[in-house]
Amino acid sequence: MKKYKSFLRIRFINGLQYRAAAYAGVATQFAWGFMELLMFRAFYKADPSAFPMEFSQLSSYIWLQQAFLALFMTWFFENDIFEAIARGNVAYELVRPMNLYNMWFVKNVASRLSRAALRCMPILLVAFHLPRPYNISLPDSPASFLAFLVSMALGTFVVVAFCMLVYITTFYTLSPLGVKIISISLVDFLSGSLIPLPFLPDGIRSVVELLPFASIQNVPLRIYSGNIAGYEAALSIVLQIFWLLFLIALGRLTLARALKKVVVQGG
Amino acid sequence: MRLYLKYFAIHLKSQLQYRTSFILTTLGQFLISFSAFLTIYFMFSRFHTVEGFSYSEVLLCFGIVLISFSTAECFARGFDTFASMIGNGEFDRIMVRPRNEIFQVLASKIEFSRAGRFVQALIIFIYAISASGIYWSMDKFLTLLLMMISGVVIFSGLFIIYAGLCFFTTEGLEFINIFTDGGREFGMYPFSIYGKEVLRFYTYVIPLALFQYYPFLYLTGRVQSVMHMLAPLPGILFIVPCLVFWKLGVRRYKSIGS
Repeated sequence: MKKYKSFLRIRFINGLQYRAAAYAGVATQFAWGFMELLMFRAFYKADPSAFPMEFSQLSSYIWLQQAFLALFMTWFFENDIFEAIARGNVAYELVRPMNLYNMWFVKNVASRLSRAALRCMPILLVAFHLPRPYNISLPDSPASFLAFLVSMALGTFVVVAFCMLVYITTFYTLSPLGVKIISISLVDFLSGSLIPLPFLPDGIRSVVELLPFASIQNVPLRIYSGNIAGYEAALSIVLQIFWLLFLIALGRLTLARALKKVVVQGG
Repeated sequence: MRLYLKYFAIHLKSQLQYRTSFILTTLGQFLISFSAFLTIYFMFSRFHTVEGFSYSEVLLCFGIVLISFSTAECFARGFDTFASMIGNGEFDRIMVRPRNEIFQVLASKIEFSRAGRFVQALIIFIYAISASGIYWSMDKFLTLLLMMISGVVIFSGLFIIYAGLCFFTTEGLEFINIFTDGGREFGMYPFSIYGKEVLRFYTYVIPLALFQYYPFLYLTGRVQSVMHMLAPLPGILFIVPCLVFWKLGVRRYKSIGS
């Protein structure tokens, strides 16, 4: 356990180094969130009754999404893992007295955490002080805030567990490009990062909500904004736990199989 | 021009060597913009209209922006990855060759997998053209042509600015993404839906609205004035400050050695 903890710390501190990039990122995300809100406002004006959530809920959703982008988005892959697999450096990793799956998992979580830690504060701060209904409102109750924290952690683990599957396919394809881009575009849509899932038609939505991708950002952001609460929220968290366990099991299994076949090229 | 064609052929051949990866990437590009299309589709099945624009009109707008963007991205990709070119000293090699630097950067990378996005754009575009019920007279056709040319030029200009910034910061700045990727993502709706201030910004600062919004009004028959039709022309001029900025950067360039 101790070795993973220090691994986590090294990665975290490493990630904190790129401060200028983080500030540029904050500005980008802020502008992005702003444009997105303006777009939804135009649709809201067209037909307020067709809006599937309250506008203030949507604002909270979008600002939290921008603030914690690094925790939830699929496209924060660790490029050195891809490289390690393609170039054969994975051999060095295998020599280490650590479980490969756990090590990569921790690596991913840590760099996501450090990115989010640098970026979330300024966005949250400004977004709290925007005029209503464009601001982040406070959560309904301490209980729902707690539920949000729990499901946020779960969501991060789910997306990392999914990324692990993408890394593992690189053992077979060697070039990560194609798989990467396809999984990103698929997950972006199905996880509710392009438009929140309530905006989908009901039939499609009820299916999409059951998929593992809905367990990434959809659940925590909607719990915070009060769009799902109580029994429904508890159920979504259980579903998150299920998918997390499923994806981890699948990842471990496929990794073990891939390692049996792995041929390290060159020396 | 002959030289560029030669580069073109080389890039095409080299990218077709990794066939599976090429096909997957092209497919991925297709999927990415397909999910953008899906969001429009689902939003409109719920709301039907936005700021007076109908579904087929928004699709037409989206198609035009996407075609311009993917064309610009395919050819100006070298500028998009320019940070790495400075980083690995490749740019020094370019400087010593007896050819224009912009030409060489332009020719250094041609990304054919963007065809995935382009094909998608074309399908949407063709569908939108037939669904929009616009009578395609000569002037409308000319407007459309102007919009696309201007769009390609403006997006390329943005890529050049992005690359030019690398001279000052060595790292690429994420910030400019708001205008390139953001221009593509948010440009799928006519810029007026974001409100007056945003429209003004995209008219006078980053002139994306000059090819995307004003001529679009003319195209859909909302206004009749020739001014709107010719708005893409001043948009093309946007390339001038971009090139000046680039030149400024080149003059300031200090090799980081390698």
